[in-house]
Amino acid sequence: MAQVTVDVVEHVARLARLSLTPEEKERFARELQEILSYAETIQALDTESVEPMSHAAATGALRDDDPRPGLDRERVLAEAPDAEAGLFRVPRVIA
Amino acid sequence: MPPLHRLDATAIARAVGAREASAEEVARAHLDRIAALDPSLRAYLRVTPERALESARRVDAAVAAGRALPLAGVPVAVKDILHVEGVPTTCASRILDGYRPPFTAAAVERLEAAGAVVLGKTNLDEFAMGSSTENSAFHPTRNPWDPQRVPGGSSGGSAAAVAASLACVALGTDTGGSIRQPAALCGVVGLKPTYGRVSRYGVVAFASSLDQVGPLARTVEDVALAASVICGRDERDATSADAPAAGLRDAHRGDVRGVRVGVPWSFLGELGAGVASSFREALGALEGAGARTVEVALPHLPHAIATYYIVATAEASSNLARYDGVRHGLRAPAARDLREMYGQTRDLGFGPEVKRRIMLGTFVLSSGYYDAYYLRAQKVRTLIRTDFERAFEHCDVIAMPTTPTPAFRLGEKTADPLEMYLADVFTVPANLAGLPGLSVPSGLVDGLPVGLQLLGRPFDEATLLRAGHAYQEVTDHHRRSPADFA
Repeated sequence: MAQVTVDVVEHVARLARLSLTPEEKERFARELQEILSYAETIQALDTESVEPMSHAAATGALRDDDPRPGLDRERVLAEAPDAEAGLFRVPRVIA
Repeated sequence: MPPLHRLDATAIARAVGAREASAEEVARAHLDRIAALDPSLRAYLRVTPERALESARRVDAAVAAGRALPLAGVPVAVKDILHVEGVPTTCASRILDGYRPPFTAAAVERLEAAGAVVLGKTNLDEFAMGSSTENSAFHPTRNPWDPQRVPGGSSGGSAAAVAASLACVALGTDTGGSIRQPAALCGVVGLKPTYGRVSRYGVVAFASSLDQVGPLARTVEDVALAASVICGRDERDATSADAPAAGLRDAHRGDVRGVRVGVPWSFLGELGAGVASSFREALGALEGAGARTVEVALPHLPHAIATYYIVATAEASSNLARYDGVRHGLRAPAARDLREMYGQTRDLGFGPEVKRRIMLGTFVLSSGYYDAYYLRAQKVRTLIRTDFERAFEHCDVIAMPTTPTPAFRLGEKTADPLEMYLADVFTVPANLAGLPGLSVPSGLVDGLPVGLQLLGRPFDEATLLRAGHAYQEVTDHHRRSPADFA
């Protein structure tokens, strides 16, 4: 079974873009381990010839690829923490 | 006429349609109750009285002009995860701070077009992640039957509002039981329609292959009426199904003679004495109405919770990647670069349960663990769906208690996430299989409501509504209301 160490938690937090405190890292290591131990029962099932189910929808509906009006740009940008000249503004990318 | 807040949706729509009462006075009666009672109950995150009264006056004008509206003047509450244009959507999270959606959810649009009046937005567990509404970043909601207890979750505000007559109908969302479980714990009716029945347009995504919108109300008849309005194809949601829905309005009528009710006794195991006797009584009432019970096997359901918490968290970790401080809501103020801004914003904006699920979901999708957890869970999901397909060869509906226990105390399960997850044991299977589920009040255990849950074949809400209504015709559990507390 997977061992959820603080190192693993730090790796996953980096992937998830979460800056966790040392206390959060300790706690998540413990809690994730507990939850995964509980979930271990599914490892014993024979799923050799079973297809994975990714969705409950009856069919994958496709529509014609026609352009149509979207939301008003100014209205959408008005929700942004920082916007300028029709763009989202963010802190610099390379420190 | 009884007080306006005691009327069912069906009665309000009839009275407003016949101009025996105005939508405005119905709205005022409910807004007055909210002002008096919600400061202690805290079912709502935001009440929108001016918008409600304006909308009620529009309904009155439409009725005066001769328009027939199926929900004329019916006051509704909307879980604060569905957008209402211009009204803040919070998802009970800090990360959406200040966000005002520029569009309205399809289900809300349909309710309003049918004459319903939106009173406000109700409390929930943050991003619908929880079973008690205690994960709201703002405040917990109390159970109207006992202020020391939770209303269930995640649609706890919607269920409490309907139970306390602070709304006649409410919208909730159900990803693993979030309509049915709070409906049961607050003593109201809740319907989780078949996956794809109701458009998810304008609903903030938690786990996209499981999320479904549905109504809560005090009677099965009202739930059928609301479902007939909100169900139906919407091209803005690619997964919305093209299945006829108008017939749902009268689907509750008719008897249940010959309906086969499957009971998975071996999955149910040792039920608590109170829940067990309420469940047996409910089965007896259905049999008395002409249904017959048969035992069915659902051998993979003991794996449903494990499967659910892998699939749902994986999807959540992906859906919640969009909250990054760039496009809307909160942004951490002091970050030196973009990457730091992402991390700090998300650490500041998300509460502990949301972080826990993002972490678990990211883990099960990460390289080295994907096959053992996520892919395997998707396969077990197939096994669970196949269990149901086989069971429905022998029965027309499947009955279970909605929850293993009545409402627990505030704080009772917050220290142990796994224990909280196990509260969903009877509700998550329907979401994994995409089936419709209905919870109807089935009496009190130690003074607290519990529910009978009925599951049906895909797109066969009609049989659930018929069985649920037949049950309400021979019982009066749904006519009991909690005493007001303020």
